[in-house]
Amino acid sequence: MTTTTTPPTAGTEAGGRSTAATHKRRRTVRTVNGVEPPNIGIRILKGVVLTIACAMVIIPFLGILSTSISSPEHVTKSGGFVLFPDTVNLAAYKSILSGGVVTRALGVSAFVTIVGTLASLAVTSLLGYALSRRGVFGGRAMLMLILLSLLFSPGLIPSYLVVKQLGLLDSLAALIVPTMVSAFNVIVIRSFFSNIPAELMESAKVDGASELQIFTRIVLPLSKAVLAVIGLFYAVNYWNAFFNALIYLNDSAKWPLQLVLRTYVINNTQLDQGDLGSLESMPPQPSIQMAILVISLIPILIVYPFLQKHFAKGVLTGAVKG
Amino acid sequence: MTATTAPPTRDETPTAEPLNHHHHHHPPQPWWRRMWRDRTLLLFALPGMALLIVFHYVALAGNVIAFQDYQPFLGIRNSLWVGFENFSVIFTSDPDFWNAVKNTLILTVIQTVFVFPMPIALALLLNSLLSEKIKRVVQSVLYLPHFLSWVIVVAIFQQMLGGTGLLNNFLRAHGHQAVNIISNPDIFFGLLTSQVIWKDTGWSTILFLAALSQIDASLYEASAVDGAGRWRQMWHITLPGLRGIIILLLILKLGDSLSVGFEQIILQQPAVGTEVSEVIDTYVYNNGIVGGSWGISTAVGLVKGVIGVALVLGANKLAHVFGESGVYQK
Repeated sequence: MTTTTTPPTAGTEAGGRSTAATHKRRRTVRTVNGVEPPNIGIRILKGVVLTIACAMVIIPFLGILSTSISSPEHVTKSGGFVLFPDTVNLAAYKSILSGGVVTRALGVSAFVTIVGTLASLAVTSLLGYALSRRGVFGGRAMLMLILLSLLFSPGLIPSYLVVKQLGLLDSLAALIVPTMVSAFNVIVIRSFFSNIPAELMESAKVDGASELQIFTRIVLPLSKAVLAVIGLFYAVNYWNAFFNALIYLNDSAKWPLQLVLRTYVINNTQLDQGDLGSLESMPPQPSIQMAILVISLIPILIVYPFLQKHFAKGVLTGAVKG
Repeated sequence: MTATTAPPTRDETPTAEPLNHHHHHHPPQPWWRRMWRDRTLLLFALPGMALLIVFHYVALAGNVIAFQDYQPFLGIRNSLWVGFENFSVIFTSDPDFWNAVKNTLILTVIQTVFVFPMPIALALLLNSLLSEKIKRVVQSVLYLPHFLSWVIVVAIFQQMLGGTGLLNNFLRAHGHQAVNIISNPDIFFGLLTSQVIWKDTGWSTILFLAALSQIDASLYEASAVDGAGRWRQMWHITLPGLRGIIILLLILKLGDSLSVGFEQIILQQPAVGTEVSEVIDTYVYNNGIVGGSWGISTAVGLVKGVIGVALVLGANKLAHVFGESGVYQK
């Protein structure tokens, strides 16, 4: 951010020299974008507000992690929620990861996220690419259908009936296929592809490249950034998916992590002995619950720095060009 | 829609011209030739379009069961048509429906008044920071909750404010009475609102910060020379600079205003009961998928959808009247 001083602005007009002389030396003020910095009171107030806001985000994470790794005595003594850990005790993690329910759900969530994200990326980028090429047969009609789909939502029951008619109820495909292509992401990726110079593709065509070769050898390598952003958005959605699992899956053996979280953490249902590994002494219920929460948070926290780097740009491309 | 026809028609629609304007003019081709020419690209588009059409437009057509006494084992083809009976049932003799409408509208108003301005205020605050570094750190922290699922957000609130949560542990340790925040129907709307604020305020600043960075810095310098203080600058330069994006987001929100957080609410419904927590979306789920009243809950969903579209179109028209560009141009 640039800092400028005010005097020059006043003295640059014609005859400015004499007016400047009549004023005594102007007070030199550091400005940011022409704005004076606020007085000390306001600066402290800002600091306090932002510190509280950040603390409201950080404290829960700290507490959840601490509760999951603290000793059973410490957790029981603190009434079930610990802000600072007394030790690093991984018994809660061992017990849930050696049992059935959480590991199975972890597997389902990982499968749905990986397969879903790859499929979504493939379908979205192929569609976005076809629509980014000028004058494609039916291109404008297809774009219109995509834009209109953002305005009209089919509603819960009709969507459910389509999934049911396709025989997808109680299958993991129900967690992937209905949300595989997001109209918004198609628009973002299309506007990105549209900015790739057409000369590149035309010269490749002259050299005898097929459309598929142009797409995979020229367009995709130039679009790594946008593919990463869109892929991460899809991945976060699949990992977090709760709604589809809730309405489409009755069979609890196929539950993803979010449904397991709801049952055992929010609704406070006790995990059965058989769902936990056999340890000599069971970790307290809160530690087990917080360990499940931490496990479901880890992938988000891992991809977050990558998301951070690109997402603002990705979101804005969509908002401005869409 | 596409200019597939011979030159005369093209001359009548000059807006279509630039798209077809290449370096060299091809003789006009009949549509099947153009389709064959673009076969590879159309094949690329096929999976995506098929998914969109099936899960969007075919599903949209499924709304016809709002006019049926739909029976799953009979299907759409064999179920009895009942005209507007489902609609008259919900409008005249279903207190649960009206309760859901009431809760939805209350939440919509609360969220527009209390949630919508938060990111604008935060963006102004962030924008006024002198240190880029602090700004970036704060952004990284405050964006994070957006990426958590509603299940995790609700669980976090339970851990902070619930009976055995951080707040009540602290109160008890200091000899105070525990307070019931999580399962108290009287403050449920407040709880929902604070959860939405916690989750999305940071993330929603992105668009406002982008709009703020577009404002010409020389405007501030000029006004400073004219003696405008910080508050006057905010009122006369910053806020007008945000006007377009604020109106755009308000319109978009309006269209979505009858969807007040299905996941968030259904997760917490058992704790507080349906009296305060039933909204239109949960009504559709509870009565349709859980309760089996297919026709009636589809009718409710359809009413909601139609009102949403009408709100967007109406608000957009209003924006045009006031000289704003809105979501789309006329």
